Amino acid sequence: MNSLTNTSDESVATSPIPTMPAVEFIEQPIADVSTVALEDIDVSNPFMFRQNKWQSYFKRLRDECPVHYQKNSPFGPFWSITRFEDIMFVDKNHTLFSSEPVIVIGDRPADYMLDMFIAMDPPKHDVQRQAVQGAVAPKNLAEMEVLIRERTVDVLNDLPVGESFDWVEKVSVELTTRMLATLFDFPYEKRHKLPYWSDLASGSPEMTGGMIQADERVAGITDLMTEFSQLWHTKAAQKAAGEQGGFDLISLMQSNENTKNMVDTPLEFLGNLVLLIVGGNDTTRNSMTGGVDALNEFPQEFVKLKNDPSLIPNMVSEIIRWQTPLAHMRRIATQDVELNGKTIKKGDKVVMWYVSGNRDERVIDNPDQFVIDRDKARNHLSFGFGIHRCMGNRLAEMQLRILWEEILQRFENIEVIDKPKYVQSNFVKGYTELRVKLTAKNH
Amino acid sequence: MGHITFIEHSGEQHTTPIEEGKSLMQTAIDNGIPGIDADCGGVCACGTCHVIVDETWIDAVGVANDDEIMMLDLTPEKAKTSRLSCQIKTTAAMNGMIVRLPEFQM
Repeated sequence: MNSLTNTSDESVATSPIPTMPAVEFIEQPIADVSTVALEDIDVSNPFMFRQNKWQSYFKRLRDECPVHYQKNSPFGPFWSITRFEDIMFVDKNHTLFSSEPVIVIGDRPADYMLDMFIAMDPPKHDVQRQAVQGAVAPKNLAEMEVLIRERTVDVLNDLPVGESFDWVEKVSVELTTRMLATLFDFPYEKRHKLPYWSDLASGSPEMTGGMIQADERVAGITDLMTEFSQLWHTKAAQKAAGEQGGFDLISLMQSNENTKNMVDTPLEFLGNLVLLIVGGNDTTRNSMTGGVDALNEFPQEFVKLKNDPSLIPNMVSEIIRWQTPLAHMRRIATQDVELNGKTIKKGDKVVMWYVSGNRDERVIDNPDQFVIDRDKARNHLSFGFGIHRCMGNRLAEMQLRILWEEILQRFENIEVIDKPKYVQSNFVKGYTELRVKLTAKNH
Repeated sequence: MGHITFIEHSGEQHTTPIEEGKSLMQTAIDNGIPGIDADCGGVCACGTCHVIVDETWIDAVGVANDDEIMMLDLTPEKAKTSRLSCQIKTTAAMNGMIVRLPEFQM
Protein backbone atom coordinates (compact mmCIF):
# COMPACT_ATOMS: atom_id res chain seq x y z
CA MET A 1 0.00 0.00 0.00
CA ASN A 2 2.67 2.46 0.94
CA SER A 3 4.98 2.98 -1.94
CA LEU A 4 7.15 5.51 -0.15
CA THR A 5 8.01 3.66 3.02
CA ASN A 6 11.62 2.75 2.27
CA THR A 7 14.25 5.36 1.92
CA SER A 8 17.95 5.14 1.48
CA ASP A 9 20.12 8.03 2.54
CA GLU A 10 19.60 10.04 -0.58
CA SER A 11 16.36 9.05 -2.20
CA VAL A 12 13.13 7.17 -1.90
CA ALA A 13 12.80 3.58 -2.94
CA THR A 14 11.54 2.85 -6.40
CA SER A 15 9.21 0.02 -5.45
CA PRO A 16 6.33 -0.36 -7.87
CA ILE A 17 3.51 2.08 -7.29
CA PRO A 18 0.02 0.64 -7.45
CA THR A 19 -1.84 2.07 -10.40
CA MET A 20 -4.98 3.90 -9.41
CA PRO A 21 -8.00 4.03 -11.66
CA ALA A 22 -8.22 7.50 -13.18
CA VAL A 23 -10.69 9.76 -11.43
CA GLU A 24 -11.82 12.82 -13.28
CA PHE A 25 -14.47 15.45 -12.74
CA ILE A 26 -16.15 16.72 -15.88
CA GLU A 27 -17.55 20.22 -15.61
CA GLN A 28 -21.31 20.59 -16.08
CA PRO A 29 -23.36 23.73 -15.54
CA ILE A 30 -24.53 23.85 -11.91
CA ALA A 31 -28.30 24.31 -11.53
CA ASP A 32 -29.79 27.33 -9.81
CA VAL A 33 -30.10 26.33 -6.16
CA SER A 34 -33.82 27.17 -6.06
CA THR A 35 -34.49 24.26 -8.45
CA VAL A 36 -32.65 21.66 -6.32
CA ALA A 37 -34.25 19.59 -3.54
CA LEU A 38 -32.60 20.26 -0.20
CA GLU A 39 -31.43 16.67 0.22
CA ASP A 40 -29.81 16.73 -3.22
CA ILE A 41 -27.66 19.78 -2.54
CA ASP A 42 -24.03 18.78 -2.90
CA VAL A 43 -21.58 21.54 -2.06
CA SER A 44 -18.61 19.23 -2.69
CA ASN A 45 -18.90 20.05 -6.40
CA PRO A 46 -15.40 21.29 -7.35
CA PHE A 47 -16.84 23.78 -9.88
CA MET A 48 -18.95 25.62 -7.30
CA PHE A 49 -16.44 28.48 -7.00
CA ARG A 50 -15.62 28.70 -10.70
CA GLN A 51 -19.29 28.96 -11.64
CA ASN A 52 -19.92 31.43 -8.86
CA LYS A 53 -22.76 29.33 -7.43
CA TRP A 54 -21.29 28.87 -3.97
CA GLN A 55 -22.87 31.93 -2.36
CA SER A 56 -26.45 30.97 -3.23
CA TYR A 57 -25.94 27.30 -2.32
CA PHE A 58 -24.36 28.00 1.05
CA LYS A 59 -26.91 30.71 1.84
CA ARG A 60 -29.72 28.21 1.31
CA LEU A 61 -28.03 25.69 3.58
CA ARG A 62 -27.41 28.31 6.28
CA ASP A 63 -31.04 29.43 6.14
CA GLU A 64 -32.85 26.12 5.71
CA CYS A 65 -30.58 23.35 6.90
CA PRO A 66 -27.42 24.56 8.66
CA VAL A 67 -26.37 21.02 9.58
CA HIS A 68 -26.97 19.24 6.29
CA TYR A 69 -26.46 15.64 5.29
CA GLN A 70 -25.50 14.72 1.73
CA LYS A 71 -25.67 10.96 1.53
CA ASN A 72 -24.01 10.12 -1.75
CA SER A 73 -21.48 12.63 -2.97
CA PRO A 74 -18.41 11.57 -5.01
CA PHE A 75 -16.57 11.83 -1.69
CA GLY A 76 -19.02 9.62 0.19
CA PRO A 77 -21.66 10.78 2.67
CA PHE A 78 -20.86 13.91 4.68
CA TRP A 79 -22.38 16.54 6.94
CA SER A 80 -22.02 20.21 5.99
CA ILE A 81 -21.71 22.72 8.80
CA THR A 82 -22.39 26.15 7.36
CA ARG A 83 -23.14 28.65 10.15
CA PHE A 84 -20.40 30.57 11.93
CA GLU A 85 -21.34 29.51 15.48
CA ASP A 86 -21.71 25.82 14.59
CA ILE A 87 -18.34 25.82 12.83
CA MET A 88 -16.79 27.36 15.92
CA PHE A 89 -18.36 24.59 18.03
CA VAL A 90 -16.95 21.80 15.85
CA ASP A 91 -13.52 23.41 15.51
CA LYS A 92 -13.20 23.94 19.26
CA ASN A 93 -14.31 20.47 20.31
CA HIS A 94 -11.40 18.43 19.09
CA THR A 95 -12.29 15.51 21.36
CA LEU A 96 -15.78 15.20 19.80
CA PHE A 97 -14.47 15.74 16.27
CA SER A 98 -11.22 14.06 15.30
CA SER A 99 -8.90 15.47 12.64
CA GLU A 100 -7.61 12.03 11.75
CA PRO A 101 -6.78 10.70 9.26
CA VAL A 102 -7.11 13.64 6.84
CA ILE A 103 -8.60 17.15 6.90
CA VAL A 104 -10.04 17.48 3.39
CA ILE A 105 -13.39 16.11 2.28
CA GLY A 106 -12.10 13.12 0.29
CA ASP A 107 -10.09 10.24 1.65
CA ARG A 108 -6.52 9.60 0.69
CA PRO A 109 -5.84 7.39 -2.31
CA ALA A 110 -4.08 4.16 -1.33
CA ASP A 111 -0.78 5.35 -2.78
CA TYR A 112 -0.86 8.66 -0.93
CA MET A 113 -1.22 7.79 2.77
CA LEU A 114 0.73 10.74 4.15
CA ASP A 115 0.61 11.67 7.82
CA MET A 116 0.75 15.30 8.87
CA PHE A 117 0.20 16.99 12.18
CA ILE A 118 -2.81 19.00 11.04
CA ALA A 119 -4.48 15.59 10.64
CA MET A 120 -3.43 14.24 14.03
CA ASP A 121 -5.12 14.54 17.40
CA PRO A 122 -3.33 15.34 20.68
CA PRO A 123 -0.89 14.42 22.02
CA LYS A 124 1.03 13.62 18.82
CA HIS A 125 -0.25 16.74 17.09
CA ASP A 126 0.98 18.97 19.89
CA VAL A 127 4.60 17.84 19.94
CA GLN A 128 5.00 17.95 16.16
CA ARG A 129 3.42 21.36 15.84
CA GLN A 130 5.44 22.77 18.70
CA ALA A 131 8.63 21.61 17.00
CA VAL A 132 8.13 23.84 13.98
CA GLN A 133 5.90 26.70 15.03
CA GLY A 134 8.86 28.79 16.19
CA ALA A 135 9.82 29.38 12.55
CA VAL A 136 6.71 31.48 12.04
CA ALA A 137 6.39 32.90 15.55
CA PRO A 138 6.00 36.68 15.59
CA LYS A 139 9.41 37.21 17.16
CA ASN A 140 11.08 35.50 14.23
CA LEU A 141 8.87 37.40 11.81
CA ALA A 142 10.02 40.78 13.03
CA GLU A 143 13.48 39.80 11.84
CA MET A 144 12.13 38.62 8.49
CA GLU A 145 10.24 41.80 7.74
CA VAL A 146 13.16 43.57 6.05
CA LEU A 147 13.81 40.64 3.75
CA ILE A 148 10.15 40.27 2.82
CA ARG A 149 9.91 43.97 2.03
CA GLU A 150 13.02 43.89 -0.19
CA ARG A 151 11.61 41.02 -2.20
CA THR A 152 8.20 42.59 -2.49
CA VAL A 153 9.82 45.78 -3.79
CA ASP A 154 11.89 43.76 -6.29
CA VAL A 155 8.86 41.97 -7.64
CA LEU A 156 6.71 45.10 -7.87
CA ASN A 157 9.46 47.17 -9.52
CA ASP A 158 9.78 44.56 -12.27
CA LEU A 159 6.11 44.66 -13.23
CA PRO A 160 5.10 46.13 -16.58
CA VAL A 161 3.05 49.32 -16.30
CA GLY A 162 0.17 49.98 -18.71
CA GLU A 163 0.07 46.53 -20.25
CA SER A 164 -1.77 43.31 -19.52
CA PHE A 165 -0.13 40.66 -17.35
CA ASP A 166 -1.13 37.83 -15.00
CA TRP A 167 -1.05 38.97 -11.35
CA VAL A 168 -1.19 35.34 -10.13
CA GLU A 169 1.97 34.34 -11.94
CA LYS A 170 4.03 37.50 -11.62
CA VAL A 171 3.14 38.55 -8.08
CA SER A 172 1.21 36.06 -5.96
CA VAL A 173 3.07 32.89 -6.94
CA GLU A 174 6.44 34.60 -7.12
CA LEU A 175 6.23 36.16 -3.67
CA THR A 176 4.88 33.11 -1.87
CA THR A 177 7.48 30.91 -3.56
CA ARG A 178 10.34 33.10 -2.40
CA MET A 179 8.92 33.08 1.12
CA LEU A 180 8.63 29.31 1.20
CA ALA A 181 12.18 28.87 -0.06
CA THR A 182 13.36 31.02 2.83
CA LEU A 183 11.30 29.20 5.45
CA PHE A 184 12.77 25.87 4.36
CA ASP A 185 16.18 27.24 3.40
CA PHE A 186 15.45 25.42 0.15
CA PRO A 187 17.91 25.85 -2.77
CA TYR A 188 16.81 29.19 -4.21
CA GLU A 189 17.48 28.26 -7.83
CA LYS A 190 15.07 25.33 -7.53
CA ARG A 191 12.39 27.27 -5.70
CA HIS A 192 9.83 27.06 -8.51
CA LYS A 193 9.38 23.41 -7.69
CA LEU A 194 7.69 24.40 -4.42
CA PRO A 195 4.42 25.83 -5.80
CA TYR A 196 4.28 23.01 -8.34
CA TRP A 197 4.48 20.45 -5.54
CA SER A 198 1.88 22.36 -3.59
CA ASP A 199 -0.54 22.27 -6.53
CA LEU A 200 0.07 18.54 -6.94
CA ALA A 201 -0.39 17.81 -3.26
CA SER A 202 -3.68 19.66 -2.89
CA GLY A 203 -5.11 18.87 -6.31
CA SER A 204 -5.99 15.18 -6.28
CA PRO A 205 -9.51 14.44 -7.60
CA GLU A 206 -10.23 11.88 -4.88
CA MET A 207 -9.50 14.34 -2.07
CA THR A 208 -10.55 17.79 -3.30
CA GLY A 209 -12.02 17.32 -6.78
CA GLY A 210 -8.87 18.68 -8.40
CA MET A 211 -7.35 17.76 -11.75
CA ILE A 212 -4.01 16.20 -10.83
CA GLN A 213 -3.87 12.60 -11.97
CA ALA A 214 -2.15 9.93 -9.88
CA ASP A 215 0.88 9.39 -12.12
CA GLU A 216 1.77 13.08 -12.19
CA ARG A 217 1.25 13.39 -8.45
CA VAL A 218 3.37 10.34 -7.67
CA ALA A 219 6.22 11.57 -9.88
CA GLY A 220 6.11 15.03 -8.32
CA ILE A 221 5.87 13.82 -4.75
CA THR A 222 8.74 11.42 -5.31
CA ASP A 223 10.85 14.32 -6.55
CA LEU A 224 9.81 16.35 -3.50
CA MET A 225 10.92 13.53 -1.22
CA THR A 226 14.25 13.22 -2.99
CA GLU A 227 14.97 16.94 -2.79
CA PHE A 228 13.97 17.26 0.84
CA SER A 229 15.81 14.12 1.91
CA GLN A 230 18.93 15.64 0.38
CA LEU A 231 18.28 18.91 2.13
CA TRP A 232 17.74 17.11 5.44
CA HIS A 233 20.96 15.09 5.12
CA THR A 234 22.97 18.13 4.03
CA LYS A 235 21.77 20.03 7.07
CA ALA A 236 22.35 17.05 9.36
CA ALA A 237 25.92 16.78 8.08
CA GLN A 238 26.51 20.51 8.66
CA LYS A 239 25.16 20.16 12.17
CA ALA A 240 27.34 17.11 12.84
CA ALA A 241 30.35 19.13 11.68
CA GLY A 242 29.57 21.66 14.40
CA GLU A 243 27.82 24.32 12.35
CA GLN A 244 25.13 26.31 14.08
CA GLY A 245 21.64 25.18 13.02
CA GLY A 246 19.50 27.79 11.30
CA PHE A 247 15.98 28.90 12.13
CA ASP A 248 14.49 27.21 9.09
CA LEU A 249 11.83 24.50 9.37
CA ILE A 250 14.17 21.59 8.66
CA SER A 251 16.74 22.73 11.21
CA LEU A 252 13.98 23.20 13.78
CA MET A 253 12.75 19.64 13.22
CA GLN A 254 16.29 18.34 13.58
CA SER A 255 16.93 20.18 16.80
CA ASN A 256 13.71 19.03 18.50
CA GLU A 257 13.72 15.77 20.45
CA ASN A 258 10.28 14.79 19.14
CA THR A 259 10.99 15.30 15.46
CA LYS A 260 14.75 14.84 15.09
CA ASN A 261 14.34 11.45 13.39
CA MET A 262 11.39 12.38 11.23
CA VAL A 263 13.31 11.62 8.05
CA ASP A 264 13.22 7.95 9.12
CA THR A 265 9.43 7.88 8.99
CA PRO A 266 9.01 9.00 5.38
CA LEU A 267 5.22 9.19 5.31
CA GLU A 268 5.29 11.51 8.29
CA PHE A 269 8.24 13.52 6.98
CA LEU A 270 6.59 13.88 3.61
CA GLY A 271 3.20 14.62 5.16
CA ASN A 272 4.52 17.45 7.27
CA LEU A 273 6.46 18.90 4.33
CA VAL A 274 3.32 18.85 2.23
CA LEU A 275 1.41 20.49 5.08
CA LEU A 276 3.93 23.29 5.45
CA ILE A 277 4.27 23.80 1.69
CA VAL A 278 0.53 23.89 1.01
CA GLY A 279 -0.09 25.89 4.17
CA GLY A 280 2.40 28.54 3.12
CA ASN A 281 1.45 28.60 -0.51
CA ASP A 282 -2.19 28.34 -1.59
CA THR A 283 -3.41 30.47 1.25
CA THR A 284 -1.28 33.57 0.92
CA ARG A 285 -1.10 33.27 -2.85
CA ASN A 286 -4.86 33.42 -3.23
CA SER A 287 -5.26 36.18 -0.67
CA MET A 288 -2.70 38.24 -2.62
CA THR A 289 -4.83 37.79 -5.72
CA GLY A 290 -8.16 38.01 -3.91
CA GLY A 291 -7.36 41.47 -2.58
CA VAL A 292 -6.89 42.82 -6.10
CA ASP A 293 -10.09 41.12 -7.24
CA ALA A 294 -12.05 42.48 -4.26
CA LEU A 295 -10.85 46.06 -4.71
CA ASN A 296 -11.95 45.91 -8.35
CA GLU A 297 -15.37 44.61 -7.43
CA PHE A 298 -15.68 47.29 -4.73
CA PRO A 299 -13.85 50.29 -6.25
CA GLN A 300 -15.06 52.69 -3.56
CA GLU A 301 -12.96 50.67 -1.11
CA PHE A 302 -9.86 51.29 -3.24
CA VAL A 303 -10.55 55.02 -2.97
CA LYS A 304 -10.97 54.65 0.78
CA LEU A 305 -7.68 52.77 0.99
CA LYS A 306 -5.73 55.37 -1.00
CA ASN A 307 -7.15 58.12 1.21
CA ASP A 308 -6.16 56.30 4.38
CA PRO A 309 -3.37 53.71 4.09
CA SER A 310 -3.53 53.16 7.86
CA LEU A 311 -6.49 50.91 7.06
CA ILE A 312 -4.14 48.31 5.55
CA PRO A 313 -3.93 45.98 8.60
CA ASN A 314 -7.70 45.92 8.95
CA MET A 315 -8.07 45.42 5.21
CA VAL A 316 -5.71 42.44 5.37
CA SER A 317 -8.09 40.68 7.79
CA GLU A 318 -11.02 41.60 5.58
CA ILE A 319 -9.26 40.19 2.49
CA ILE A 320 -8.60 36.93 4.32
CA ARG A 321 -12.27 36.71 5.37
CA TRP A 322 -13.66 37.70 1.99
CA GLN A 323 -11.38 35.33 0.08
CA THR A 324 -11.34 32.37 2.54
CA PRO A 325 -8.55 30.72 0.55
CA LEU A 326 -9.17 27.32 2.13
CA ALA A 327 -12.89 26.67 1.86
CA HIS A 328 -13.22 23.83 4.34
CA MET A 329 -11.72 21.50 6.93
CA ARG A 330 -13.14 18.09 7.69
CA ARG A 331 -13.50 16.07 10.91
CA ILE A 332 -14.83 12.66 12.00
CA ALA A 333 -17.29 12.49 14.92
CA THR A 334 -15.88 10.38 17.76
CA GLN A 335 -19.33 9.89 19.32
CA ASP A 336 -22.94 10.80 18.56
CA VAL A 337 -23.30 14.57 18.71
CA GLU A 338 -26.46 16.71 18.66
CA LEU A 339 -25.96 19.88 16.67
CA ASN A 340 -28.63 22.38 15.66
CA GLY A 341 -31.38 19.75 15.82
CA LYS A 342 -29.54 17.00 13.96
CA THR A 343 -27.78 13.91 15.30
CA ILE A 344 -24.35 13.38 13.85
CA LYS A 345 -23.45 9.74 14.37
CA LYS A 346 -20.14 8.44 15.62
CA GLY A 347 -17.86 7.88 12.62
CA ASP A 348 -19.68 10.36 10.35
CA LYS A 349 -17.70 12.76 8.22
CA VAL A 350 -18.25 16.41 9.16
CA VAL A 351 -17.18 19.27 6.88
CA MET A 352 -16.85 22.77 8.31
CA TRP A 353 -17.37 25.21 5.44
CA TYR A 354 -15.33 28.22 6.52
CA VAL A 355 -16.25 29.84 3.22
CA SER A 356 -19.90 29.79 4.33
CA GLY A 357 -19.36 30.73 7.97
CA ASN A 358 -17.43 33.79 6.79
CA ARG A 359 -20.59 34.92 4.94
CA ASP A 360 -23.02 34.14 7.78
CA GLU A 361 -25.44 37.07 8.09
CA ARG A 362 -26.16 36.04 11.69
CA VAL A 363 -22.68 37.07 12.79
CA ILE A 364 -21.31 39.37 10.09
CA ASP A 365 -23.14 42.46 8.80
CA ASN A 366 -23.48 42.62 5.01
CA PRO A 367 -21.13 39.65 4.72
CA ASP A 368 -20.92 39.66 0.93
CA GLN A 369 -19.65 43.23 0.94
CA PHE A 370 -15.91 43.86 1.05
CA VAL A 371 -15.45 46.61 3.64
CA ILE A 372 -11.85 47.51 4.42
CA ASP A 373 -12.71 49.35 7.64
CA ARG A 374 -15.11 46.63 8.84
CA ASP A 375 -15.61 46.48 12.60
CA LYS A 376 -14.11 43.35 14.20
CA ALA A 377 -12.58 42.25 10.91
CA ARG A 378 -10.25 39.90 12.79
CA ASN A 379 -13.18 37.73 13.91
CA HIS A 380 -13.21 35.56 10.78
CA LEU A 381 -12.96 31.80 10.37
CA SER A 382 -10.29 31.56 7.67
CA PHE A 383 -7.51 30.53 10.08
CA GLY A 384 -9.75 28.04 11.87
CA PHE A 385 -10.10 27.96 15.65
CA GLY A 386 -8.97 25.66 18.42
CA ILE A 387 -5.78 23.64 18.57
CA HIS A 388 -5.41 23.36 14.79
CA ARG A 389 -5.63 27.12 14.24
CA CYS A 390 -3.37 28.26 11.41
CA MET A 391 0.22 28.36 12.56
CA GLY A 392 1.34 30.81 9.87
CA ASN A 393 -1.40 33.39 10.39
CA ARG A 394 0.92 36.18 11.51
CA LEU A 395 3.31 35.56 8.64
CA ALA A 396 0.41 35.63 6.18
CA GLU A 397 -0.87 38.90 7.60
CA MET A 398 2.59 40.42 7.47
CA GLN A 399 3.20 39.39 3.85
CA LEU A 400 -0.13 40.89 2.80
CA ARG A 401 0.40 44.07 4.79
CA ILE A 402 3.82 44.67 3.22
CA LEU A 403 2.48 43.91 -0.26
CA TRP A 404 -0.25 46.53 0.05
CA GLU A 405 2.04 49.11 1.66
CA GLU A 406 4.41 48.80 -1.30
CA ILE A 407 1.62 48.70 -3.90
CA LEU A 408 0.27 52.02 -2.63
CA GLN A 409 3.74 53.57 -2.92
CA ARG A 410 3.87 52.76 -6.64
CA PHE A 411 0.52 52.32 -8.29
CA GLU A 412 -2.52 54.50 -8.70
CA ASN A 413 -4.66 51.63 -9.89
CA ILE A 414 -4.64 47.89 -10.56
CA GLU A 415 -7.36 47.27 -13.08
CA VAL A 416 -8.67 43.76 -13.60
CA ILE A 417 -9.10 43.54 -17.37
CA ASP A 418 -10.51 40.06 -17.87
CA LYS A 419 -12.69 37.59 -16.01
CA PRO A 420 -10.60 35.78 -13.37
CA LYS A 421 -9.90 32.06 -13.86
CA TYR A 422 -10.43 29.82 -10.85
CA VAL A 423 -8.91 26.64 -9.44
CA GLN A 424 -10.95 23.44 -9.84
CA SER A 425 -11.34 22.34 -6.23
CA ASN A 426 -13.75 22.21 -3.32
CA PHE A 427 -10.87 22.96 -0.92
CA VAL A 428 -8.66 25.64 -2.46
CA LYS A 429 -10.73 28.71 -3.23
CA GLY A 430 -8.33 30.40 -5.53
CA TYR A 431 -7.26 31.74 -8.87
CA THR A 432 -5.25 30.31 -11.75
CA GLU A 433 -5.15 33.64 -13.58
CA LEU A 434 -6.04 37.27 -12.99
CA ARG A 435 -5.11 39.59 -15.82
CA VAL A 436 -4.53 43.16 -14.74
CA LYS A 437 -3.15 46.46 -15.97
CA LEU A 438 -1.26 48.84 -13.70
CA THR A 439 -1.38 52.60 -13.61
CA ALA A 440 1.72 54.22 -12.15
CA LYS A 441 1.39 56.73 -9.38
CA ASN A 442 2.26 60.34 -10.13
CA HIS A 443 4.87 61.37 -7.61
CA MET B 1 -15.53 50.00 41.70
CA GLY B 2 -11.88 48.99 41.53
CA HIS B 3 -9.11 49.09 38.96
CA ILE B 4 -6.91 46.69 37.04
CA THR B 5 -3.56 47.65 35.54
CA PHE B 6 -2.34 46.28 32.21
CA ILE B 7 1.40 46.58 31.52
CA GLU B 8 2.46 46.36 27.87
CA HIS B 9 5.65 44.52 26.89
CA SER B 10 7.26 47.94 26.39
CA GLY B 11 6.48 48.80 30.01
CA GLU B 12 3.69 51.24 29.29
CA GLN B 13 0.89 51.01 31.85
CA HIS B 14 -2.88 51.38 31.42
CA THR B 15 -5.40 51.36 34.23
CA THR B 16 -9.00 50.34 33.61
CA PRO B 17 -12.04 50.36 35.86
CA ILE B 18 -13.55 47.01 36.83
CA GLU B 19 -17.07 46.29 35.66
CA GLU B 20 -17.92 43.22 37.67
CA GLY B 21 -18.85 40.18 35.62
CA LYS B 22 -17.25 41.44 32.41
CA SER B 23 -14.35 39.35 31.11
CA LEU B 24 -10.87 40.74 31.44
CA MET B 25 -10.52 40.54 27.64
CA GLN B 26 -13.67 42.63 27.09
CA THR B 27 -12.52 45.08 29.75
CA ALA B 28 -9.28 45.56 27.82
CA ILE B 29 -11.03 45.93 24.44
CA ASP B 30 -13.63 48.36 25.77
CA ASN B 31 -10.90 50.53 27.27
CA GLY B 32 -8.73 50.48 24.16
CA ILE B 33 -5.81 48.57 25.66
CA PRO B 34 -3.39 47.78 22.81
CA GLY B 35 -2.01 44.27 22.44
CA ILE B 36 -5.18 42.20 22.90
CA ASP B 37 -6.48 40.86 19.57
CA ALA B 38 -9.26 38.47 20.68
CA ASP B 39 -9.63 36.96 17.21
CA CYS B 40 -12.25 34.40 18.31
CA GLY B 41 -14.38 36.94 20.15
CA GLY B 42 -13.92 35.43 23.59
CA VAL B 43 -14.55 31.69 23.48
CA CYS B 44 -11.13 30.26 24.29
CA ALA B 45 -10.46 29.22 20.72
CA CYS B 46 -7.60 31.34 19.39
CA GLY B 47 -5.13 32.30 22.13
CA THR B 48 -4.83 35.96 21.07
CA CYS B 49 -5.94 37.54 24.36
CA HIS B 50 -3.01 36.09 26.27
CA VAL B 51 -2.01 37.86 29.51
CA ILE B 52 0.50 36.99 32.20
CA VAL B 53 -1.03 37.54 35.62
CA ASP B 54 1.22 39.02 38.29
CA GLU B 55 2.17 36.12 40.56
CA THR B 56 0.71 37.71 43.67
CA TRP B 57 -2.69 37.79 41.96
CA ILE B 58 -2.91 34.30 40.50
CA ASP B 59 -4.86 33.00 43.51
CA ALA B 60 -7.54 35.62 42.98
CA VAL B 61 -7.81 34.74 39.31
CA GLY B 62 -7.33 30.97 39.38
CA VAL B 63 -5.42 28.80 36.96
CA ALA B 64 -6.26 27.85 33.38
CA ASN B 65 -8.38 24.78 32.64
CA ASP B 66 -7.31 22.07 30.19
CA ASP B 67 -8.86 23.67 27.09
CA GLU B 68 -7.22 26.97 27.90
CA ILE B 69 -3.85 25.32 28.50
CA MET B 70 -4.01 23.69 25.06
CA MET B 71 -4.49 27.10 23.45
CA LEU B 72 -1.76 28.68 25.59
CA ASP B 73 0.59 25.91 24.50
CA LEU B 74 0.47 27.39 21.00
CA THR B 75 2.37 30.49 22.07
CA PRO B 76 6.12 30.47 22.75
CA GLU B 77 5.62 33.22 25.34
CA LYS B 78 3.57 31.04 27.68
CA ALA B 79 4.60 31.59 31.33
CA LYS B 80 3.67 29.98 34.64
CA THR B 81 0.82 32.40 35.29
CA SER B 82 -0.36 32.77 31.69
CA ARG B 83 -4.11 33.02 31.15
CA LEU B 84 -6.46 33.82 28.32
CA SER B 85 -8.12 37.01 29.43
CA CYS B 86 -11.45 36.00 27.85
CA GLN B 87 -11.66 33.24 30.45
CA ILE B 88 -11.26 35.56 33.44
CA LYS B 89 -14.43 37.11 34.82
CA THR B 90 -13.56 40.28 36.68
CA THR B 91 -14.70 40.76 40.28
CA ALA B 92 -14.33 43.47 42.92
CA ALA B 93 -11.72 41.26 44.58
CA MET B 94 -9.39 42.00 41.64
CA ASN B 95 -9.04 45.64 42.65
CA GLY B 96 -5.39 46.59 42.19
CA MET B 97 -4.51 43.55 40.07
CA ILE B 98 -1.61 43.76 37.62
CA VAL B 99 -1.46 41.75 34.39
CA ARG B 100 1.29 41.88 31.78
CA LEU B 101 0.89 41.56 28.03
CA PRO B 102 3.17 39.33 25.98
CA GLU B 103 5.36 40.83 23.27
CA PHE B 104 3.15 39.26 20.57
CA GLN B 105 -0.20 37.57 20.34
CA MET B 106 -0.41 34.57 18.04
